[in-house]
Amino acid sequence: MLKALLAGGTAGLALLASAPAAFAQTEIHWWHSMGGALGERLVEIADDFNASQSDYVVVPSYRGEYEESLVNTIAAFRAGEQPHIVQVYEVGTGTMMAARGAVYPVYQLMADHGSNFDPSAYLPVVTGYYTDTDGNMLSMPFNSSTPILYYNKDAFAAAGLDPETAPATWGDIETFSQQIIDSGAAQCGFTMAYTATWLGTENLSALHNLPYGTLENGFGGLSSELTFNHEIAERLWTKLAEWQDAGIYNYGGTAGGPDNAPKFYSGECAMYMNSSASRAGVLANADGFEVGFGMLPVFADVDGAPQNSIIGGATLWTLAGHEDVEYEGVAEFLNYLSSAEVQAAWHQATGYLPVTLAAYELSQEQGYYDANPGSDIAIRQINLNAPTENSKGLRFGNMPQIRTVLDEEFQAVLSGDKTAQQALDSAVERGNQILREFEAANQ
Amino acid sequence: METKRTVFPNKVLPYLFVAPQLIITLVFFIWPATQAVKSSFERADPFGFSTQFVGLTHYIRLFQDPLYLNSIGRTVMFAIAVTAISMGLALLFAAAVSRLIRSSQFYTTLLVWPYAVAPVVAGILWWFLFNSSTGILAYMLRYFGVIWNANLNGTHAMILIIAAAAWKQISYNFLFFLAGMQSVPHSLTEAAAIDGAGPFKRFWTIVFPLLSPTTFFLFIININYVMFDTFGIIAATTNGGPNQATNILVYKVYSDGFIGLNIGSSSAQSVVLMLFVIALTFIQFRYVERRVNY
Repeated sequence: MLKALLAGGTAGLALLASAPAAFAQTEIHWWHSMGGALGERLVEIADDFNASQSDYVVVPSYRGEYEESLVNTIAAFRAGEQPHIVQVYEVGTGTMMAARGAVYPVYQLMADHGSNFDPSAYLPVVTGYYTDTDGNMLSMPFNSSTPILYYNKDAFAAAGLDPETAPATWGDIETFSQQIIDSGAAQCGFTMAYTATWLGTENLSALHNLPYGTLENGFGGLSSELTFNHEIAERLWTKLAEWQDAGIYNYGGTAGGPDNAPKFYSGECAMYMNSSASRAGVLANADGFEVGFGMLPVFADVDGAPQNSIIGGATLWTLAGHEDVEYEGVAEFLNYLSSAEVQAAWHQATGYLPVTLAAYELSQEQGYYDANPGSDIAIRQINLNAPTENSKGLRFGNMPQIRTVLDEEFQAVLSGDKTAQQALDSAVERGNQILREFEAANQ
Repeated sequence: METKRTVFPNKVLPYLFVAPQLIITLVFFIWPATQAVKSSFERADPFGFSTQFVGLTHYIRLFQDPLYLNSIGRTVMFAIAVTAISMGLALLFAAAVSRLIRSSQFYTTLLVWPYAVAPVVAGILWWFLFNSSTGILAYMLRYFGVIWNANLNGTHAMILIIAAAAWKQISYNFLFFLAGMQSVPHSLTEAAAIDGAGPFKRFWTIVFPLLSPTTFFLFIININYVMFDTFGIIAATTNGGPNQATNILVYKVYSDGFIGLNIGSSSAQSVVLMLFVIALTFIQFRYVERRVNY
């Protein structure tokens, strides 16, 4: 009886003691830009982490698209209300890196807060984009993707093409498209997202091993100048304008191009180039035809092409100005995030690249790539060759503005106001002004 | 004529009465505007770690930038088109509705509806109608041999945003014109009718001149609407494209400041825009008002 009372009493005490402890869990705020199904997956990851331990609570909150979220973060930082973790897109990297006092670099966070963090576990092409010139990893890769080619197998078959052979060169793209249009299998050959930017200049330069800018594509310092007005870009842009008139190519708008995906889904265009993370969307929306996957095309006569493609997507940045005990939690969460199981599940559900070798190997073991043909195209494409100075990524401040300039100049080419060379030269000139402005503001 | 003055026995009380309005103006207008003026003379990194005074650099650069000068030209064109179309159609509708007796309420309700639509939604609506692959208007235009593509054709994009901006504003203008017409004394129009003036003549010689205070008021309101409130329409449809064809001043302030994170230049642009509208309003009151019949 006495024992039972005692036991009951201690249990009650324990309850009393644990109740405030539950409230005293350290909150870690995570701002992100994953809407829709991707957002649901992200919340699940946070919930699973919260359930796995009792010291920290990760609170994810959606803060709009990448641009909005970056602006919100900056405003919050200036007001002293910044979150612990924020998801920033790859073109915001230059801006974040220059903001030394605002950022708590991941390698330092992991060193200070005693996690057994091993940067070499990550895929080099992924980390390469986010490390400084001394090889230190500044942010945590989370959702990285690379552009690939999707094609309509049924349209290929109807046009008398081999549905199992994806086009490998721009020459193939042209002849396949022509054959598809002539046979009436589709009205247009292909459409592509980020035609002027991520695909049509950034990955184009990397795949052909050409510099996008001086000083190792901007990795070497803020005084870098743009050099993407090379012969290959001129060739592609000239061709694209020609193909647009011939109906081979269909322009779907700036940036991702809101009109691109519907044209592929509806069968109007037979090929579509966009992020590997579009995979889930493509498979869900392409009813009535089978989808094939391929790598991005290259110009066949260029030696060494394809080199390797570069990534896009976003990483997680830790922001300065919080308590040590909170950073312990951040470190633990980032460790959890990069575990093979979490990464593999995220990769398979979304089409983003697995960011660690372990996650890739786990997905192989689980038979994911065998069961889903084409799902390994992206990872093979970024690993085609060891990255060179020209193909490990880009690092320019104010990159979002530079992308806007490229979109505008490309439109001038399509509307016939400028030749490809004029447009590219003007984009370089305007882009360099933007870079100088950034350099001056970040000295 | 001497206006009647209310004299408060308490010296503090009147200030208390105006305080809420003053505070709101200070906090939401004067203070941000001062900040904008201040940062237009500075160059700062986005996070605000380093700020240097650069004097008039941003302003000088703006007026040397051909893209900015083009943007001014486009804004003027956009403002004239939207104001003319929305006021013209609103006047037409108001004149039509004021002739109705029984069904005027019904038409008024219908015509006022679009005003409840937010600019962003108005933009999306028209974007759908004019979408080159799925839009019904773009589809119909094909019968007239027009290959509509607002993604590439700057003129098409401009027409799209003018249509959306003007459509939304018609309701507002319509309401004011209708109210203005109803306050025109019937005896005047009846007398004119007896003298043999037709409806058209009555409108031009009696109603329209008597409406001039309303027209003048709407003119200023519309210019301000075009200069500032059309931002949502552009953000939702063209994003200032293609190739800057619809990049009007207010949108450029946003895209340079919030996408480009160039706070200095963006502030300088908003100061220019502010001066522009102040000057315009001043000119309107100084010169246009003289010709207005109150």
